[in-house]
Amino acid sequence: MQLQREKVIFEHARPGRGAHDQWPAETATPELPQEMRRTRAPLLPEVSELDVVRHFTRLSQLNFSIDTHFYPLGSCTMKYNPKACNAYAMLPQFLARHPLAPESQGQGLLGCLYELQEMLRAVTGMPGIALSPMAGAQGEFAGVAMIRAYHASRGEAARDEIIVPEAAHGTNPATASMCGCTVREIPVGAEGDVDLEALRAAVGPRTAGIMLTNPSTLGVFERNIVEVAAVVHAAGGLLYYDGANLNAILGKVRPGDMGFDVMHMNLHKTFSTPHGGGGPGAGAVGAAERLLPFLPVPIVGQGPGGYRWLSESDRPQSIGRLSAFMGNTGVLLRAYVYMRMLGREGLRQVGEYATLNANYLLARLRAAGFDPAYPGRRASHEFIVTLKRQARELDVTAMDFAKRLLDFGLHAPTTYFPLLVPECLLIEPTETESKESLDGFAEAMAQIQREAEQEPEHVRSAPHNMVVRRLDDVRAARELDLTWRPSA
Amino acid sequence: MSHIPSDLKYTKTHEWLRQLPDGQLEVGITDHAQEQLGDLVFVEVPEAGRTLAVGEAYAVVESVKAASDVYSPLAGVITAVNGALKDSPELINQDPFGQGWLVRIKPASGAAGELMSADDYARLIVAEGE
Amino acid sequence: MAFIPHTPEDVAQMLATIGVASLEQLFDEIPAGLAIGSLSGVPEALNEMQIGRLMGERAQLDGRALCFIGAGAYEHHIPAAVWAIATRGEYYSAYTPYQAEASQGTLQTIYEFQTMIASLAGLAVANASLYDGASAFAESCLMAVRMNRKSRSKRILAARSVHPHYRRVARATAGHQGLKLEELAYDARSGRTSLAALAAHDGEDITAVAIQHPNFFGVLEDVDALASWARARGIPVIGIVNPTSLALIKPPGEWAGGADIAVGEGQPLGVPLASGGPYFGFMATRMEHVRQMPGRIVGRTLDAQGHPGFTLTLQAREQHIRRGKATSNICTNQGLAVTAATIYMSLMGPRGLARVAAACHARTHELAAALTRLNGVSAVFDAPYFHECVLRLDRPVAPVLAALASRGIQGGFDLAAEYPELGHALSVCATETKTAADIERYAAALADALRAARAA
Repeated sequence: MQLQREKVIFEHARPGRGAHDQWPAETATPELPQEMRRTRAPLLPEVSELDVVRHFTRLSQLNFSIDTHFYPLGSCTMKYNPKACNAYAMLPQFLARHPLAPESQGQGLLGCLYELQEMLRAVTGMPGIALSPMAGAQGEFAGVAMIRAYHASRGEAARDEIIVPEAAHGTNPATASMCGCTVREIPVGAEGDVDLEALRAAVGPRTAGIMLTNPSTLGVFERNIVEVAAVVHAAGGLLYYDGANLNAILGKVRPGDMGFDVMHMNLHKTFSTPHGGGGPGAGAVGAAERLLPFLPVPIVGQGPGGYRWLSESDRPQSIGRLSAFMGNTGVLLRAYVYMRMLGREGLRQVGEYATLNANYLLARLRAAGFDPAYPGRRASHEFIVTLKRQARELDVTAMDFAKRLLDFGLHAPTTYFPLLVPECLLIEPTETESKESLDGFAEAMAQIQREAEQEPEHVRSAPHNMVVRRLDDVRAARELDLTWRPSA
Repeated sequence: MSHIPSDLKYTKTHEWLRQLPDGQLEVGITDHAQEQLGDLVFVEVPEAGRTLAVGEAYAVVESVKAASDVYSPLAGVITAVNGALKDSPELINQDPFGQGWLVRIKPASGAAGELMSADDYARLIVAEGE
Repeated sequence: MAFIPHTPEDVAQMLATIGVASLEQLFDEIPAGLAIGSLSGVPEALNEMQIGRLMGERAQLDGRALCFIGAGAYEHHIPAAVWAIATRGEYYSAYTPYQAEASQGTLQTIYEFQTMIASLAGLAVANASLYDGASAFAESCLMAVRMNRKSRSKRILAARSVHPHYRRVARATAGHQGLKLEELAYDARSGRTSLAALAAHDGEDITAVAIQHPNFFGVLEDVDALASWARARGIPVIGIVNPTSLALIKPPGEWAGGADIAVGEGQPLGVPLASGGPYFGFMATRMEHVRQMPGRIVGRTLDAQGHPGFTLTLQAREQHIRRGKATSNICTNQGLAVTAATIYMSLMGPRGLARVAAACHARTHELAAALTRLNGVSAVFDAPYFHECVLRLDRPVAPVLAALASRGIQGGFDLAAEYPELGHALSVCATETKTAADIERYAAALADALRAARAA
């Protein structure tokens, strides 16, 4: 199907047109004072219902998505989002309930959320779970805030330094700053493990904690994690687990057992809630024993009359409320359905098959002549291939490969993250992809390598088959066009 | 290889200084720095009259891929700011040592930060590239 | 099975290619002591039929009462087209649009969304959304600190009539960066922010003033008086607003002197109540402040052949590039909710949304009239209100609400915990979804509840 550009919806508008069947009858508003009224109508489109349906349906067809394309974006876990999760989370009674409705008229929902808390306890090894953070980044904020609150409660508010490996995701140091902490980066060794000597030198009386993910952002397991935990704990600090890569170890290893004191999960990664073009996510947090009192509210508890919300008055040491209501409840219901459908055996298979697929694809790409960043290591659920040789010898970059992959109907892997590895592709196939899917990707990469050697300009000017060619993002940032305006 | 005028002084954080006839110092970021950043899209400059300490971050240069702080190589007061950068941040890419100047500073007495010769700066860039 | 397509033959071939004998060998880098046996805390798998039945039973438990609660989340009719399109796989299962050429659908939708929100707010530019109204408010306070270089205090003035959860969230999330949220009194008779209380801060170093309009009580503020006080002193103004109301009432961009930042909860625009989320927060601002605005922003540009296209822009401010210097760690927007809202706003258009606003305004006034006709029920505030208002009962509210609930009516939000000074106060709201018969049913049930207690 030839993709067609779609006009901006305001360009479809005609004065007087509208989806009249959706509007209530006209009503007079005599009690609204004249001086408070709006004088000019807002710029919303005047279009028919069919115009709207056609416009947004056609726009959707310009997207790559898991439902339509292989999407091996490293550290994003683009696994199949089961339709059942959406269907049951959107049952009309769940959708219709007001957040402030009585708990007696919410026992169905609260039961699902309570059981979700319990299942997440089991897979993480953390005794306490809070579901309210609305995204991974908010979960991170909650975790670091809890660490700060813990130290403050023990008279050690001077502990304001967070250690972060140099390969960390940008949210980690940003979160530390948001909590009024300074960041101390430590190097990672040649094999991808955190440098233990550097860690020993970095900890001290100012250490609040360390933020780690395991497997790390380099796609490899942090083999010294038990020693790392011992070093940080001995210095009086705590360990924070960034759960972005939980898919690699789901059902195989638990963060609580590795010595972590607090963690966040990305339900929109590991637990298959929809990415939705950028959100909404959910960043549930887990806490070990000493951090339990500080979990954000509200949390689902059990009372004599059934399930109830525990809030500030029930949990006086909580770091507080992070959202107006209870967090992204609809997202949490989808995660609940997913976990119930997988059950204890299915959750184990996630870690196993995600790792199998990553190692298989790594082996195929290696055989095709590509350079893994850590050739001596096993892949976790993802791995890094570096194209620095291609960049140097052929003047074809990771960005060029990424754009050319789009022409093959494959979404590019994550590019240029982690910053530590030059010209990198971070590739995460996930467990829901078939062997054929992986073979197709390896073959496309081999084909692009041949093109890079024989007709490099074709790769450098990719993509060729998308609805737009490569976009000028310098112009986008210099000549800001952020809202549509009617031309004069 | 990036351009490194021999009559200027340099810092480890890729800024340059030019001594002006009236005793003031003109500063900016180097050719190497602008190459690393890529096409600049925005420059945030301070106001004239602001006092600076050695090593203080006083401006931000923003490209599509990075936003970098610019540090003062000396203590002093900002006497002039390059207003042309507001509409044309690309001047820094095109002419980093000339039209891409950032600010002029009247130096305070006391030690300046660590400054390098052109040769030393050239060696620094090579070492960083390893 | 975890939606895993592999056959035993596939697994055997793959293991052979990798060069290992078993799947377990792939985990040999993990210290042996860490491996867990089985997830005993998780129940056995259910197939789709079984989980469907279970969820059906749970949903039935919650039922569907007649809802008259507002307090920050509002029941509106959501046209069927909205979620039929928003749940299309191409929107639902797409990622953040980092590869712009493969994401023009999402990017253009967001560009259109930004346009509509900016215009509703009467300001130049909007971002691609934040988590919810409360976190958008917290972010607006941090933005005001960044923008207002002249002020050092980090003191933000916000009335007690600003949504209590919003103020709590701002303290919990921005308190670590030195933000001080200070409460202004409201006038006990009108329910509006007291101008005298604001004016008492004359001459002090104030970083910003936040005005919610309509406020948590539903009352419409004297925004021009408040905004011009702040403007005259060079203090930035944050407007916390309801998007439905903006179809009818003067937006923050048009308050005296114009607000600097507008934020609010976007849920009323096509997002279901769903017990509190996922919603989305919106933020709009003046062009001169755009580089201080957190969150994602989509811009229109040209491609290599000179054709228009859309891409994320101004990303250098975001966490993944500024790292430790970022002032916010936000790296998401509420994508799916924003998609739904853009479709909703397109179906409503300016006239449809104005009709919804007018109907909500009228229904709430009719509800208030019907309820205050009963003995023991009176209005608390005398200023004009938009689509919710506060009523006083002659006895504690909680047991009355329980009696109404047992008759399938969710009568409103009890203000006793948050506003004890108001006595037995109840916040009620009637949107365009309520009919005259619904209002009559509520009035009759309330009359019975009040009579029954008296008779006891």
